[in-house]
Amino acid sequence: MTELLQHIVDGVSLGAIYALIALGYTMVYGVLQLINFAHGDVFMLGAMIGWYLSARWTSEALHPSWLGALGVSLFCMLVCGTTGFLIERFGYRPLRNSPRLNSLITAIGFSLLLEYGGQTVFGPNPRAFGAMPVDPGEHFTLFGVAISYLDLISIGVALLLMVALQLIIFRTRIGTAMRAVSWNPSVAALMGVNVDRVISFTFVLGSVLAAVAAVLYASSYRKVEPLMGLMPGLKAFVAAVLGGIGNVQGAMLGGLLLGLAEHLVSSYVSSSWKDGIAFAILILILLVKPSGLLGKGTAEKV
Amino acid sequence: MRRLSVSLVCLLAAIGCKKEQGSGMVGAGAKGPIVVGEVGSMTGTEATFGTSSDRGIQLAVSETNTAGGVKGRQIQVMALDDEGKPEEAATATTRLIASEHVTAILGEVASTRSLFMAPKCQAAKVPMVTPSSTNERVTQVGDYIFRACFIDPFQGYVMARFARDTLHVDKSAILKDVRNDYSVGLAKVFGENFKKMGGSIADEESYSSGDVDFKAQLTNIKNTNPDSLYIPGYYTDVGLIARQAREVGLTVPLLGGDGWDSEKLYEIGGDALLGSYFSNHYSVDDPSPRIQEFVVKFKKAYGGQVPDSLAAQAYDAAGMLIDAMKRASDLSGPAIRDALAATKQYRGVTGDITMDQNRNASKPAVVLKVGKGGKYEFAGKIQPEGAAAKAEPAVERGPKKTEGNTAPDAAPGTMPTPTTMPAMGADSAAQSAATTGQPQGVPSGEHPKR
Repeated sequence: MTELLQHIVDGVSLGAIYALIALGYTMVYGVLQLINFAHGDVFMLGAMIGWYLSARWTSEALHPSWLGALGVSLFCMLVCGTTGFLIERFGYRPLRNSPRLNSLITAIGFSLLLEYGGQTVFGPNPRAFGAMPVDPGEHFTLFGVAISYLDLISIGVALLLMVALQLIIFRTRIGTAMRAVSWNPSVAALMGVNVDRVISFTFVLGSVLAAVAAVLYASSYRKVEPLMGLMPGLKAFVAAVLGGIGNVQGAMLGGLLLGLAEHLVSSYVSSSWKDGIAFAILILILLVKPSGLLGKGTAEKV
Repeated sequence: MRRLSVSLVCLLAAIGCKKEQGSGMVGAGAKGPIVVGEVGSMTGTEATFGTSSDRGIQLAVSETNTAGGVKGRQIQVMALDDEGKPEEAATATTRLIASEHVTAILGEVASTRSLFMAPKCQAAKVPMVTPSSTNERVTQVGDYIFRACFIDPFQGYVMARFARDTLHVDKSAILKDVRNDYSVGLAKVFGENFKKMGGSIADEESYSSGDVDFKAQLTNIKNTNPDSLYIPGYYTDVGLIARQAREVGLTVPLLGGDGWDSEKLYEIGGDALLGSYFSNHYSVDDPSPRIQEFVVKFKKAYGGQVPDSLAAQAYDAAGMLIDAMKRASDLSGPAIRDALAATKQYRGVTGDITMDQNRNASKPAVVLKVGKGGKYEFAGKIQPEGAAAKAEPAVERGPKKTEGNTAPDAAPGTMPTPTTMPAMGADSAAQSAATTGQPQGVPSGEHPKR
């Protein structure tokens, strides 16, 4: 029982990070029906910049403090937000009215550009990230379950950001505009919504969340390298689809489920089959409910 | 667009020229440099493998060139990057053979990638020497494929020996990378030998390279209470695994293979790795004069950088190839192949190398201990008695293979393969005596302080 609880805690903390990344995929899909494959690499950029700021440009990593960690996070958010904005402005906007496949290919192009450009600029070696004043090993024990402070921070920050995101989407003007654009961009434009600005905002918001996820992830797993966005990006994308792409709560649920599935399969079934079985479960869910767990089964507009 | 096409034309012209030069060389023979191909992961997650090897090869080649080259001709290395991808390694090999007309090919480090390259070299009858692919199957591809290192069974055997005899481990667990031939191979042989030596395997778990969360597997392993955990993976993952092992409360020594060998291992794993052991091809702390001389040369050539074992092996692989080219009757593929196959007692920095009938190098292995500050301390040297896993009798009859830090044990009767036995005998004993002396742990991989 204790063991099961332990696996659940570990799974949830991994899932919370998947969920944060998944939000970026799902929001962009919501407004543009575009799968922004570069999102996982924006996440990587956040982690790399965090490493540079904490270990290369300053000696923050040697004497980490909460204030420093906050500073690093804010700076990463700034850089990732800007990158997200620039990718949309110069990559996707000129293609907005061309077939959707063109944007998709551009997204893959940006993804590869960031990955291999990152290898050239940052160097291909993995590096140790340490911006937070707690070590991943520090934990407290509750009912025999070891809960690390970093896991707790990851889950807490993720929850906080998800609530904030809900407030932005449902309680602010820009959130209303986002929902309007996601419903129908041309009608929203006719109603006086500045579609370009809304889309830019969506990209910035998603990228900022990816930056936070990057700092949390890099603090928990300590390793940053230019290809680190690949797997988490892919898994977050799957999480977004699982939850129902375009649906914000769905992304959160999908992320958590995926993290849990990975952990439970490797602990109770077989670690060799971890990804295989976790993804097979996802396929099954999608076969039964193609629009995802929380997705609304909307008919394709003709 | 016009500019693009102009530059394309230039590019094509350049390639054309190169091709011409290459084919001309093959025909004329006597003039121009001998082109040797190299394939390595210069970028990608295992980039230090490729760059270290490249440095070793370049050093060996530049020494040869300074000394007058081979058969009066200079050697030129044509190095291609495979980004750590097997398909790229295959493509690069094809390019080296088809358009650059290389005389021989050096590479790759990873067995997975060497296995993609070997069939191409075999088909074209271009000798290939891999510096550090330890998977058995690599040289089984054909008679043009050689290696300058020992094979997986030996590393698995070495660690099983060390765990049983020196660490007195009764029950070990295994955590292997299922996406990696090397890791799966080492895990298998370690398990077989460990059981044969009277130990038991408590649990065997897997991960996929690139994973970042290993807590589920480690928790399972911890619940079986092993005395040690064998993780024959690469440094990129092992550092994280070590950290998480300590996080879930698994405190036993971690054991591994040469894939651990990188300064990055400790940078990521930190003190979680203290007291862990791994088998390796050489140690910079090994007091043998040959090794110390190499370390000095390497540091001088590369701004004080300490050569890791991949650099040393690549240096030996290149040296072995050059040696064979010198002995070969001509520079055709078959002639170099025959000369390589006849390699006996080549005095490499990583030990005396003799090719066995399966084109695998037979030579000793060292065991290193991870100490404070990421220093790799020399913990022992294990000779290739009964090297291959198949040689059961040798395993049974070797009562004290782990010499640890003490006297060398190179009794001719326990040497590797019957064919190489006479040649190995005396010289090897002297060599071992020179190399196994003190276990002193001088700082090895200088830890980059960033």
